[in-house]
Amino acid sequence: MAEVSAMSEPTAGALEREAERDDNRTRWLLSLPAMIIIVLAAAGPLLVMVVYSFLTPGDYGNVKWEFSTQAWVNTILQRDIFDDTLMWADAHLSIFWRSLSLSLITTVMAFAFGLPTAWFIATQPPGKREFWLFLVTVPFWSNLLVRTIAIQELIRAEGVINNLLLLLGIIDEPLQMMFTNFAIAFGMTYVYLPLMVLPIYAAVDKLDFRLVEAANDLYASRWRTFWRVILPLIKPGIIAGSILVFIPSLGAYVTPRVLGGGKNLMFGNLIELQFGQGRNWPLGAALSLMLMAAVMVSLIWYVRVTSRERSNV
Amino acid sequence: MESYSETAVEARRISKIFPGETEVRALDDVSVSIHRNEFFTLLGPSGCGKTTLLRVIAGFEPPTMGALFLAGTDISRLPPNQRPVNTVFQNYALFPHMSVANNIAFGLEMLGKPKDEVRKTVDDMLRLVRMEALSARRTSEISGGQQQRVALARALAPHPEVLLLDEPLSALDLKLRKEMQIELKRLQNETGITFIFVTHDQEEALTMSDRVAVMNAGKILQIGSPQEIYQRPAERFVANFIGESNFLDATLSGHTATLKAGGAHEVDPPEGVSDGTVSVLVRPEHASVRVGEPKTNEMAATVETVVYSGEATTLHLRLGTGEALKARLPNSPGGGALPGQGTAASVSIAPGAVTVLKD
Repeated sequence: MAEVSAMSEPTAGALEREAERDDNRTRWLLSLPAMIIIVLAAAGPLLVMVVYSFLTPGDYGNVKWEFSTQAWVNTILQRDIFDDTLMWADAHLSIFWRSLSLSLITTVMAFAFGLPTAWFIATQPPGKREFWLFLVTVPFWSNLLVRTIAIQELIRAEGVINNLLLLLGIIDEPLQMMFTNFAIAFGMTYVYLPLMVLPIYAAVDKLDFRLVEAANDLYASRWRTFWRVILPLIKPGIIAGSILVFIPSLGAYVTPRVLGGGKNLMFGNLIELQFGQGRNWPLGAALSLMLMAAVMVSLIWYVRVTSRERSNV
Repeated sequence: MESYSETAVEARRISKIFPGETEVRALDDVSVSIHRNEFFTLLGPSGCGKTTLLRVIAGFEPPTMGALFLAGTDISRLPPNQRPVNTVFQNYALFPHMSVANNIAFGLEMLGKPKDEVRKTVDDMLRLVRMEALSARRTSEISGGQQQRVALARALAPHPEVLLLDEPLSALDLKLRKEMQIELKRLQNETGITFIFVTHDQEEALTMSDRVAVMNAGKILQIGSPQEIYQRPAERFVANFIGESNFLDATLSGHTATLKAGGAHEVDPPEGVSDGTVSVLVRPEHASVRVGEPKTNEMAATVETVVYSGEATTLHLRLGTGEALKARLPNSPGGGALPGQGTAASVSIAPGAVTVLKD
């Protein structure tokens, strides 16, 4: 009896440990594909970018394996051709500024159009909402380039808008809309509008309309009800929508290229330039990392703000 | 409380029709005058229109027909934010993004009161509902009963002419509900504000109200003090809805109703009821039962079931006519002898306890 129990006990324990080991091994095996993708597709290229940004540009693109911080310096500064003094790289700074301001304008415009749209959809009878949400997402189904060229068709000199305004006699000669900052902001607003509508819709959908009645009952006009009750309650949706619009706008490449022509460069185009005609891969890599850092800072800010709010509510 | 000098709210022939595939007549030609400083209750089953009437008074629903007066002024067209009327919502509807104190301050701020006055009133209100300690809390961090108090304080803070309460106690458990009933009564006395209270709970209505309006199917069936409503219900629906009832067949002749099961009783028939066959109400506690043969004005009965419920025992009796009758007898300290199940008994009805019903 004693022998049996002495033997069976460790055996049971060993079996359990083995099962656990098997379990662990299966878990690792199952997560392997995801791990490979994360390492190869995300961390890998990022590491390449970091390394490249500290190298010297090759003569015909590519890089020379010589350490240099020149690319980072050149993101915001430039050396005078004649006396080697460092000064602000005005061309870059103006592009940063244009990217930032156009992205902000895009976000504000997307909000201005997106909030009423989201509100309209969320206050439809439940059966009809799906139809409107479907319409909002339809543009996602076609290629971005195709959609951007469609915008071009609307705003070019002989485009739909100009023709209509001429026909109505509101203007005498076509408005120059193509290749302007307006064209870029207009195009980006159109492209990213659904990203604003959907999170706000979700927030309005969750909004308890009895709170609106309560505010009304407590002497708040429609306007004040909006400011004091509705806006604070749908703020998470607005912030999420703004981030979803702002971040891709900041790095937008296709839309500024097609609608802004060559002269209205944005961040994305500047990066593209370094890897193409500019033949300065390290500078391109440094600029990309800069953009990424800017996005990360704004995301961290968002997470902080929302988590603080959540702990308050 | 006896003399009401002024009318606070008057509804004149208000109808509310919700259009749709099946048109709903939520209020059907409702007229009612609610006095100043009155605790007025709208009582009825769900879907009877009581909440709709409250929402019409608050301004959330415009009446389809009729007019609404507040202190003599027609306010039918005023939006809710321009009516000196505040509501305690059924689910409280507290602003989740504000503290307790900010919730209470909201109405005052919207009225543009100066800051120090707002602060003072909020403090007063917090004291009134005994929530001083929790003023900085978020509304999600306090219990249901506390949320209830905050909702009350928020609605009372602007000192409205009329306070509307939409089943505010229905989400509370029994003990808390009893406490809040007393609390509400106290608040009404202290503030002197007209309370219009909506409930489907007849006991709540009887305990708290100065007057009760019983509603069904969009109409007000009867308005009166709790005593009148309970003792002299005008219609079978009212009798049935409030308290327990026995309905018996009788023949009316002038001021005398002769029960089919036996016995003549003096009655005060309501207007519009003519002599002939009528339906009368006898409350279970107004019937007494003894063992033995019936004497004059008594009815012969058989005891079918005996139900003991602490302070009273209810006997379910079958009368000679086949009619059922419940008699509720108080339990005496010694536990006096009651007729047992299956025994033959005699039922007598207290004088004045027979009420003739309209239908």
